[in-house]
Amino acid sequence: MADELHYQTIANLSVRLAKRELSAVELMQAVIDRTNQVEPKVRAFNSRNEVDALSQATAADARRSAGESLGPLDGIPIGLKDVIAVENQPLTASSKMLANFVSPYDGTVAQKLKRAGAVLWGRLNMDEFAMGSSTENSATHQTANPWDTSCVPGGSSGGSAAAVAAGQAIATLGSDTGGSIRQPAALCGVVGLKPTYGLISRYGLIAFASSLDQIGPFTHTVEDAAIMLQSIAGHDECDSTSYRTALPDYRDELKQRQGPWKLGIPKEYFGEGLDPEVGAAVERAIAHYRAQGCEIKEVSLPHTRYCLDAYYVIATAEASSNLARYDGVRYGHRSKAAKDITDLYFQSRAEGFGEEVKRRIILGTYVLSSGYYDAYYLRAQKVRTLIRQDFLNAYQEVDALITPTTPTPAFKLGAKADPLALYLCDIYTIGVNLAGLPAVSVPCGFSSSGLPLGLQLIGRPFEEASLLAIARDYEQAHDWHQRHPQF
Amino acid sequence: MADTTNIDIDRVAQLARLALTPEEKEKFSRQLAEVLHHMRQLEQVDVTGVEPTAHAFPLFNVWADDLAKPGLPVEAALRNAPAQRDNMIVVPKVVE
Repeated sequence: MADELHYQTIANLSVRLAKRELSAVELMQAVIDRTNQVEPKVRAFNSRNEVDALSQATAADARRSAGESLGPLDGIPIGLKDVIAVENQPLTASSKMLANFVSPYDGTVAQKLKRAGAVLWGRLNMDEFAMGSSTENSATHQTANPWDTSCVPGGSSGGSAAAVAAGQAIATLGSDTGGSIRQPAALCGVVGLKPTYGLISRYGLIAFASSLDQIGPFTHTVEDAAIMLQSIAGHDECDSTSYRTALPDYRDELKQRQGPWKLGIPKEYFGEGLDPEVGAAVERAIAHYRAQGCEIKEVSLPHTRYCLDAYYVIATAEASSNLARYDGVRYGHRSKAAKDITDLYFQSRAEGFGEEVKRRIILGTYVLSSGYYDAYYLRAQKVRTLIRQDFLNAYQEVDALITPTTPTPAFKLGAKADPLALYLCDIYTIGVNLAGLPAVSVPCGFSSSGLPLGLQLIGRPFEEASLLAIARDYEQAHDWHQRHPQF
Repeated sequence: MADTTNIDIDRVAQLARLALTPEEKEKFSRQLAEVLHHMRQLEQVDVTGVEPTAHAFPLFNVWADDLAKPGLPVEAALRNAPAQRDNMIVVPKVVE
């Protein structure tokens, strides 16, 4: 199983491609074959184009033959969440609103991946406009968890996580506004990295909540996450929130940065609602670090209990503003029933948006509306300051924090019909977005029913190199990342 | 904090330019009352003297050089327009 091409890492494949033991076309064909085999069960993709992918792979092989390889990603099949723009490819956000939209330009991350030679392969399913934690809010179809197809893959980047777990891409990109990379990574048993806010350009990412959104990779290993991060990070003048910071060689730093580290256990993340199996797996991970000589220290993030509320005020407020652009005029769904121009806005939005998107637009509009702005939005932004300060205080004492990624393993499709119950899935991941921090989920075991469990490590701002080194230390001492679902 | 038990759903939907069915109005009013009730927890936090955070790493005065650069060609910009004529987007009549 582990020898199959579709489950190889970027690190291994790039060596084999460089030695010409393997061609990019052979690799792409193996991934296509695998996808066609498992996709009827997983349904990770919104669309995919085999001819286009094979033609990109052929170009990668031609570059290698000419001695002009573009680096470790040259010829590697990478899938993108259907929220990242690639020129001349569909871009739907899994919404009826953008069902027929074709992107006229490349987002910055897509352009960077192209320049690195990656084969951009497929558009991956997600919760509509990235709003959700199970991919059940997709307007196209439901994606299944490859480990148990009666369970959700998590969300909102459910297709991106499931595709890597099922061997339908070597790596993928997702976006994370409140846990949308880390939560599905945990539920599908893969590595998911949410970088520091500002490290990756958001140009060409369909906006949900602009002060929280960040693009990041799904991979089989931490080393592959470092390779992906290297190729997509960096300042971009097309995104005014993009940060100017020197980039280390993330892959090289994995070897350079050695422990022991000082690691913090935020006590608020181990309370009521945490599944005992998840808690036990995280305790074993903590024991691993302790055995490595790391200093383990209990810390407190006292405003943790307010994260969920602050998040849903801020995220929905920003979403209601960002989604105002979908008015049926310039692009997107246009109602045929509209009587006049104003009615065109109302009807196009009513027909184009799904239920959860409407719910969040209404909530976001409410908290921003006259008379409620100070009570909700402004107050939430102040609480956000305190939440962020909690983390920065903890980093006075420790290098990183260890928590579960999710309170429970994957749940059954349709199990969480109540919006508030679903919002609680993000309880351990949203504080990180409010504080703008980097965090990674790595596989840390399985439940008694065979579902993957995730360990979350949260790092200092722009300290992805140390964060990944800490994560790799745990990963390499275990074999969770080498296990794959059976179909 | 304001009383959140009765949301004026019609006013909010009007502000959001979103037509809702009677069923949606009933459902969203009920669910949002629950969510807003939960959000009232934020009242418990003492935010006296605390500055609001709009971005985790605020950047100010991000300047770009004032240089003309090529934009999207007309065909690309109009490619996704629901209706177009003579390089323009067609919309219902705005002025009588």
